[in-house]
Amino acid sequence: MKDIKHHLTDQLLMGYAAGTLPEAFSLVVATHVSLCDECRARLAEYEAVGGEIMMDAGAAPMAEDALASTMALIANANPAPKQETRSTGIFPTPLRDYVGGDKDAVRWRSVGGGVKQMILSTEGEATVRLLHIPAGSAVPDHGHNGTELTLVLQGAFADHTDHFGVGDVEVANEDLDHTPVAAEGEDCICLAATDAPLKFNSFLPRIAQKFVKI
Amino acid sequence: MFVQSETQIQDGPVPVDHYGQGQNHNVRTKRKPSRVPNTDTSQRIAWIEEIFAIRDKQDQAAFARLFAHFAPRIKGFLIRSGAADDMAEECAQEVLATVWRKAALFDPSRASAATWIFTIARNRQIDMIRRARRPEPEDLPWGPDAEPDQEDVIALSQETEKLGEAIAALPEKQRELIERAYFGDLSHSEIAEQTGLPLGTIKSRIRLALDRLRHSMR
Repeated sequence: MKDIKHHLTDQLLMGYAAGTLPEAFSLVVATHVSLCDECRARLAEYEAVGGEIMMDAGAAPMAEDALASTMALIANANPAPKQETRSTGIFPTPLRDYVGGDKDAVRWRSVGGGVKQMILSTEGEATVRLLHIPAGSAVPDHGHNGTELTLVLQGAFADHTDHFGVGDVEVANEDLDHTPVAAEGEDCICLAATDAPLKFNSFLPRIAQKFVKI
Repeated sequence: MFVQSETQIQDGPVPVDHYGQGQNHNVRTKRKPSRVPNTDTSQRIAWIEEIFAIRDKQDQAAFARLFAHFAPRIKGFLIRSGAADDMAEECAQEVLATVWRKAALFDPSRASAATWIFTIARNRQIDMIRRARRPEPEDLPWGPDAEPDQEDVIALSQETEKLGEAIAALPEKQRELIERAYFGDLSHSEIAEQTGLPLGTIKSRIRLALDRLRHSMR
């Protein structure tokens, strides 16, 4: 197992366990949990809370023929699909499902400064994209209106708060203004989700933002 | 297989009311200040046995018992989460049908029966009622040592029971906030940072089970 230092917050795990996160955030959570046994176990605990809440929410009587109807559903259903095999590339299965393959399948588009992205299709207010940042390059200095989650899939990046390697997730909010810089060596690939547009602190990226939908 | 001296498991068909052991859970609709005692460990183990009986023998009697307990609670949960009665009914039936079909994937060393059934209900709710897509973590395949460790299973059941008791014992306001998070009344940013939940023991238990699983996969 990789040595993951930066984990998901309790709010995100509880929201994901409850099933109330925007799809874009759920994708980052599911991808991180695929890589991180610590968060997989924490998530299981929040799901256990959900189970206890459900058991105690009050029963509503079922229709009289409910059991027979359910037996009919079972009789008519196709057998459960086989469990997916584990992915062998750098993208865990939930991310592969959105990209349509591993990193070779990504349809990158340049956003300037050597940085490339692919926006993944999700429902709801929040958006999620893959970012490709050349080794040693910076993402323009920016702040956040809402929450931004950045999960490293290849290489590493650092900002003034810390160093983030493969599997690490940075959870940024309004309080964080940062200039993430990709580490030397390998290009950095990240999965980044945000529930509000980023705030760039210089004029040029602000213009670019209109065109590239960051 | 999980029968121990302190746990009593009845074999064969039993009346549906067997679980209530005197208290009829089904008549309880709204929360009252005086709460019924939490589901005890032997009952939790009995649910595991029932899911295994479905998996191994397509045991319809075991399924009927599981259905009688869980279906009304799933339906109640969905209604509390905002679903209309007919949609909640349909969804609850789908959930139990999924329990039957996926019984072979149930691993009681990593989730209690209530936890596992909750995750199925949550996913069907997102799919059928919210009509949204739900990315799920990659699952870990079982190693050659496929049957979970019995001690792990019993310990997890006990810890889940304790968690249930701890939730019930929380101050009313705190418990309400947690319930609202699970009923979908709170956005992720509204979920409290400090929940007051005594977390950590189940996590450590599951962490051990995952480490063992990783080890057996090597």
